Amino acid sequence: MRPFTYERAETPAAAVAAAASTGAKFIAGGTNLLDLMKLEIEAPTHLVDVNRLGLDTIEPTEDGGLRIGALVRNTDLAADARVRRDYGVLSRALLAGASGQLRNKATTAGNLLQRTRCPYFYDTNQPCNKREPGSGCSAIEGFSRQLGVVGVSDACIATHPSDMAVALRVLDAVVETVRADGSARQIPVEELHLLPGDTPDVETALEPGELITAVTLPPPVGGVQVYRKVRDRASYAFALVSVAAVLQPDGSGRVAIGGVAPKPWRSKAADAELPRGARAVAEELFAGAVTTHHNAFKLPLAERTLAAVLSEAKG
Amino acid sequence: MRFDTPATTNPIDQMKVVGQAIPRVDGPLKTTGTAPYAYERHDVAPNQAYGAVVAAGIAKGRIASIDLAAARAASGVIAIVTAEDAKDLGKGDMNTAKLLGGPDIDHYHQAVAVVVAESFEEARAAANLVRVRYETTPGRFDLEAERGAAKTPDEDSPETAVGDFEGAFAAAAVKLDATYTTPDQSHAMMEPHASIAAWDGDQLTIWTSNQMIAWSRGDIAKTFGIDKDKVRLISPFIGGGFGGKLFIRSDAVLAALGARAAGRPVKLALPRPLIANNTTHRPATIQHIRIGATRDGRITAIGHESLSGNLSGGSSENAVQQTRLLYAGADRMTALKIADLDMPEGNAMRAPGETPGLMALEIAIDELAELTGLDPVELRILNDTQVDPEDPERPFSQRRLIECLRLGAERFGWAGRSATPGRRREGRWLIGTGVAAGIRNNMVATSGARVRLDADGIVTVETDMTDIGTGSYTIIAQTAAEMMGVGVDRVLVRLGDSSFPVSAGSGGQWGANTSTAGVYAACVKLREVVAQRLGFNSGDAEFTDGSVRAGNRSVTLAEAAGADGLVAEDSIEFGDLDKDYQQSTFAAHFVEVGVDAATGEVRVRRMLAVCDAGRILNPVTARSQVIGAMTMGVGGALMEELAVDTDRGFFVNHDLAGYEVPVHADIPAQDVVFLAGDDPMSSPMKAKGVGELGLCGVGAAVANAVYNATGVRVRSYPITLDKLLPGLPEMVG
Repeated sequence: MRPFTYERAETPAAAVAAAASTGAKFIAGGTNLLDLMKLEIEAPTHLVDVNRLGLDTIEPTEDGGLRIGALVRNTDLAADARVRRDYGVLSRALLAGASGQLRNKATTAGNLLQRTRCPYFYDTNQPCNKREPGSGCSAIEGFSRQLGVVGVSDACIATHPSDMAVALRVLDAVVETVRADGSARQIPVEELHLLPGDTPDVETALEPGELITAVTLPPPVGGVQVYRKVRDRASYAFALVSVAAVLQPDGSGRVAIGGVAPKPWRSKAADAELPRGARAVAEELFAGAVTTHHNAFKLPLAERTLAAVLSEAKG
Repeated sequence: MRFDTPATTNPIDQMKVVGQAIPRVDGPLKTTGTAPYAYERHDVAPNQAYGAVVAAGIAKGRIASIDLAAARAASGVIAIVTAEDAKDLGKGDMNTAKLLGGPDIDHYHQAVAVVVAESFEEARAAANLVRVRYETTPGRFDLEAERGAAKTPDEDSPETAVGDFEGAFAAAAVKLDATYTTPDQSHAMMEPHASIAAWDGDQLTIWTSNQMIAWSRGDIAKTFGIDKDKVRLISPFIGGGFGGKLFIRSDAVLAALGARAAGRPVKLALPRPLIANNTTHRPATIQHIRIGATRDGRITAIGHESLSGNLSGGSSENAVQQTRLLYAGADRMTALKIADLDMPEGNAMRAPGETPGLMALEIAIDELAELTGLDPVELRILNDTQVDPEDPERPFSQRRLIECLRLGAERFGWAGRSATPGRRREGRWLIGTGVAAGIRNNMVATSGARVRLDADGIVTVETDMTDIGTGSYTIIAQTAAEMMGVGVDRVLVRLGDSSFPVSAGSGGQWGANTSTAGVYAACVKLREVVAQRLGFNSGDAEFTDGSVRAGNRSVTLAEAAGADGLVAEDSIEFGDLDKDYQQSTFAAHFVEVGVDAATGEVRVRRMLAVCDAGRILNPVTARSQVIGAMTMGVGGALMEELAVDTDRGFFVNHDLAGYEVPVHADIPAQDVVFLAGDDPMSSPMKAKGVGELGLCGVGAAVANAVYNATGVRVRSYPITLDKLLPGLPEMVG
């Protein structure tokens, strides 16, 4: 860990101002950032602690949705009665992630901004375009069982590890932010995470110093809401594949896949195939898939998991 | 005390304390967080500085240059030691690669420098400022690719042959010929390797986490080129070892080097991401098994060959040894091969050899059962042997595998099982059951102890035996209590200090039997000393309820001890009983799994182990050992694999996020049954070990259950869902 300065911000405006300097980073739960700092993969020179900003409530929005404060802890979000009733897929996704201790610390915004768990990203002896742009990708020819099969590039095949984000994607959530100049904006969660292309180090649409203040959910869409996470052990493991689905009685619905791409993977065209079944949806979702020897199993696994989810939803 | 004839009746047979379900005497220390582990010994040496390891960033090659300027200038840095500063540093007998590398690099994450600083954070930050420039050379990282270059290892019985295996196999009516693979595995113990080292002149003391105090004291002495008497190792509490702490590792050597350079005590723990590549691991194997049998299931030929890899000069993983003992069959062979690899050092991990060997053999037996149409339990019973199959004149001291299998089958409800796979389904789950046999030998070695009796009547036992979470403190207290006629609350046990008598240590599941036998020997001597002081005939003296009685006289132990107390020391030394009799422990493992019909996820639903291991010294600690081992067996069967990057030459998933071991949710109801009885051939304690037996065969029982559930036979561990997917039912949806 490199030396850094630390300050605790009391308001979002103050936080944004404090983070204006180069090398500054926000810290909330710290469940990922601290690990990365210990390994010097992240080496901020200034930490702005946002834990005192408030932003920790879940409130109804005027249009009947929910606004989730950026600092609402994963545990609290999963347990919220409104979330459990109207957005079951989100509660289930949260509870499928991490461990109880981590969920107590981890925040809504921090969960979205956590970084990949690609093992080569975490080993600073190895080339990694995400960690050290231009150094190369050691994962593509290396051990890639956990890594991405779609949306990836020649520069990077990392996946986004969040479960929560997959549920937010299927719910069409919107991220609210405040920028360094104090202006607020809204970013659909779909547009928050970027595909790697040839700049895998640029991971989100956020500007430097931009702070997530809330995530809003549109009004409830009903349906059967499922989050199915597939992993080697029963708990406390990242998804090999996960399926977040909201399925309506008439066979329509939406589906997003986790564990396969640099962002929660969903497309409108694939959603439209839902009445035709899992194969049709999977063919649409994974049309541009690029697999390795180690992770090719994710394609049949995703299709089979989706089929199981559809079958379960039908009862 | 020499043990070379079968044990007769002795005070342990009273079983007033030994054999009782006494909770761990060190339990309150563990549950209140007051058991001091090596890294927490802030109290033992003042002015401790912190060491951080710089580990090699390449697998094979040499250091071209090291730039220490930035690190030396960093905040709080006291000293930096590289191989260049420690040219006289030697290597212990038990290490293959040097624990401080340079200029040659033998494996990834081999230590190349230690940085000592005032704080942990400063040491770690400065270690990251050390700039090492390497010249890499090509290495051998792929076991399969090195198969052609493999050779016969230089060790005892690398090849065995009885009769005419090839002829008998060729002539057999039923033949099984299959190849199985097991991956590299990490011990993944909770407590990382950690040491505090302090020099007092030329006297070195290391508070560390180590299973084998005497071996490691010797290896520290050898590494530093000093006399053994100048080295003291102290390791009273160990947060798991599993064989990963049998030997000194870089933490102890670097702490001592750092302390010498800094002129202060230095503490150092290996960070979790270094452990997989810096320390040892269980080597991967490629095993070829051939079994010939008659149509009614009698094995006529059994052959088992295994290939493993290691650093040049390292040992091989003896995956074939139990195939020499487990089943009958007149014509048999085993063979080991080893390939040189430039991967990190392979070495012992819990039940070394037996674990991967039985993971393979016990799938093969399941396959043979299917080929012969026999029930897998019955096939094993049919091929049981009460003598060493290679030497029918040499019986097992005791072998109740058949009883384990029969009792297990009954308790588990084996009878209703469908032999045809894929027949049982509950909702999304395909359900299957599997069985496997376990065998682990009872190894013996000299073990000593010193026993004191003080004026308060307290019995204090001192031995360099270790408790790696196994229950040594408790069973040693029980042994001394039984021998001296007191309760365990009157016994104080002090372990893990090289100033105490040398024990057999913790490894190879020999610790429980041999260390308590050593305590028994010392207590026999102390009883004689007590009797002598009181003028009793030692044969007549009865030690009970805190007193010594003979005839009409009764004297309390406190009185007998007198103001100065009494002390006795002895060792147990073993004769040839283990040569005359094959001494082993046996288990039958039964497992039920559910396999998700869509995703192939395997979840264990219930497990049963029935164990035949001589006298059980304490059913609580023994059960704890066995359920822990069963848990490890589930990990080995379903998820544990150090993933090799065969281009870059290292284990990629080198942290606990990447190397998955079972979590609570993976482990269902576990049932353990110990057959009652004792084995007088093993020691005066009549006990044998259980700590590794519990792991032997578990993996195959899981694998066989997965096959029974799905009809997919996976011969390559771990059995992950990607290997099952192609054989699972078609999905509709």
